[in-house]
Amino acid sequence: MDLILVNLIDGLVTGLLLFMLSAGLTLIFSMMGVLNFAHASFYMLGAYFAYQVSVYLGFWMGLLIAPPAVGLVGAMIERYGLRRVHQYGHVPELIFTFGLALLIEEAVQFIWGKDQIAYNIPEVLQFTAFSIAGNSIPAYKVFMIFISVAIFLALLFVLTRTRVGMIIQAALSYPRTVEALGHNVPLIFMGVFGVGTGLAGVAGVIAGPVLSTFPGMAVVLGSIVFVTIVIGGLGSLWGALVASLLIGWITTFAKSYNLRMEDLLTGIGFSRPEPIWDSAWADLWTLTSPQIADILPYLLMILILAFRPYGLFGKRDV
Amino acid sequence: MTEPDQKHTPPPARTPVRARPAPVTLANALPWILGGLFLLAMPFIFQSNSAITIMNQMAITIIFALSYNMLLGQGGMLSFGHAVYMGVGGFLCVHIMNWGDVFALMPLPVLPVFGGVFGMGLALIVGSFSTRKAGTIFAMISLGVGELIAACSVIIVAFFGGEEGISGDRTYGLPFFGVEFLHQIEVYYLTAFWLMLSALLMFLFSRTPIGRMANAVRDNPERAEFLGYSARWVRFYSFVAAGFFAGIAGGLFAINYEILTEENLNLATSGQILLVTFLGGVGFFFGPILGAILFTLLQTVLSLQTEIWQLYVGVLFLATVMYFPGGLAGVLMMHALPLRLGRAGLLVGPYIRTLVPAVVCALGAASAMEILFHLRHAALGESEMTLFWITFDSHAPLPLAIAAVAAVAGFWLARRSAPAMAEAWHKASTPHGGAA
Repeated sequence: MDLILVNLIDGLVTGLLLFMLSAGLTLIFSMMGVLNFAHASFYMLGAYFAYQVSVYLGFWMGLLIAPPAVGLVGAMIERYGLRRVHQYGHVPELIFTFGLALLIEEAVQFIWGKDQIAYNIPEVLQFTAFSIAGNSIPAYKVFMIFISVAIFLALLFVLTRTRVGMIIQAALSYPRTVEALGHNVPLIFMGVFGVGTGLAGVAGVIAGPVLSTFPGMAVVLGSIVFVTIVIGGLGSLWGALVASLLIGWITTFAKSYNLRMEDLLTGIGFSRPEPIWDSAWADLWTLTSPQIADILPYLLMILILAFRPYGLFGKRDV
Repeated sequence: MTEPDQKHTPPPARTPVRARPAPVTLANALPWILGGLFLLAMPFIFQSNSAITIMNQMAITIIFALSYNMLLGQGGMLSFGHAVYMGVGGFLCVHIMNWGDVFALMPLPVLPVFGGVFGMGLALIVGSFSTRKAGTIFAMISLGVGELIAACSVIIVAFFGGEEGISGDRTYGLPFFGVEFLHQIEVYYLTAFWLMLSALLMFLFSRTPIGRMANAVRDNPERAEFLGYSARWVRFYSFVAAGFFAGIAGGLFAINYEILTEENLNLATSGQILLVTFLGGVGFFFGPILGAILFTLLQTVLSLQTEIWQLYVGVLFLATVMYFPGGLAGVLMMHALPLRLGRAGLLVGPYIRTLVPAVVCALGAASAMEILFHLRHAALGESEMTLFWITFDSHAPLPLAIAAVAAVAGFWLARRSAPAMAEAWHKASTPHGGAA
């Protein structure tokens, strides 16, 4: 029971982190119809920017400065890159963001080198918040949960309760009508792209110290973020939340409970071949749940796409 | 080979008329004959072992890129997991190589067929659910399947060999007319043969009704459906054929390198072939060939010169997507019209005035990057670097200033003469100089 609680918290942290990325991605998608392949690269930029600021001004200034900086970079890329490619259609846009992901990774290696950098948890938060039956929960995890939830609530408030949010929501569904009403839709697009990438930046700032900051961190998370919004349903903020938490919990539980295929197979009446390494089915018999934890989301996505292309909460086809 | 793919399908005939196959004329066959002769002659021009290795790699990349373009260019399907089909084909071929009894009875040149069939088999399975839609959903499924199989490679050790991959020995096969494929040059001719054969087959595929319909479905699936074609099945056939040729490329990879690892399956490899194909140009059949040649050269030659070659490739790729969506082949074919009109001479002057400063700008910017990179990442105390055969101190401000000035001046000059170039191009590609 205690272990379940610990895993629930761990999964929640992973899930909320994923959500901060997927929220921006899904907003950008529903507005512009483009899947931003480079979204996780902005997350990486967030971590690196925050590291660079924290070298001079400390962690908290990094948390304050890095996300807007990332958002600014994102907005500039939308204005001078993506908008140009937009005329060629969606596939070239996807190719553009794919190239952007490659380029950002190379640029990060160019500036900060190929090795992991020493971006650490601030000392103020280096203590154990509480412990559950001997498993200590670090304060930083609690901090991460608070930041993510605060951002989610702020986003929800802005989108549903303010005038800006109303215009954005309108522009999501009827861009032409909104433009005809005199709103500057390209500017809204640029703003949403900037805010979305800025959110990814926040995720990078707070995840960098725990998940380690290195040039491959975008690749590690990149495809999972896609998977998340596809499962949740493209364009759906709630879907993104549910799918993020789902993936966070599935992978955490699969990793911490060592379910073995061997037990399952003997359970349904197969007998274990001896010696195991000589058997053609050795790989199947030695399969464990931590091994497949990382591929479960992909499996889920393929199932979703094959059977319910709208995703869990989506209203429109991909 | 130089014929452009038709962007727009011809209007449908009212009565069902069977399209007559184009006659094989000398003009049609000439590019292929020249290509074949070129492949035969290459080893006599570049005799060193390393050059032959590069050419082998190039040939494999060409087949792979052509197969990828069957999806992206001809069928309008953007795939992020095409490496998987090449990978599994290669893995199977290595397994056959290690299967002594069978392999001893099989001449090596036949081996890629098995890779192809296996790649096709996987494409049959995946294509059955992924080709229902094109565009984003297809891209996402291809990404998911790609990541899934790449991740499986460390789990299914029996087939993929885990983290260290699997390796074999090509020389145990049945000698083929006395050739045991001990030498690189013998492998080269084997690869070249398969390159010619598969390129020809892929070209012929693009001329079949199903290849033509793939174009139609790419441009307007709805209209194709109204004409009575199932967009889904048209995509499916292209997808399966592309899987077959990717498997062939995988078999050749297995023969050439004798080892396959997880790296042959993962997203990086799939992304690379997208890059290669797009750089070359997706709109023309020969585009991916150019792309593969260019990219392999960059990969092998440029990577010896500089550590940050991938940064340059990334910039080149983004610039291509933004400014030349037709890729290299598109840029080349833009000049077909001026040449036909006999007005290409008009372009020479403006080209020199714009491209020379542009090259200066690029070299200046690249030098500045190299100096900055050296400044940041060279070992402590090491301040000497060599760039364009000049050795200097990278910590001194002067070289950086020179590079920056060259970049800015080149940019300014190129920018100033660019409108004149555009005007000259417009003049050259319209009859009567655009006056009419």
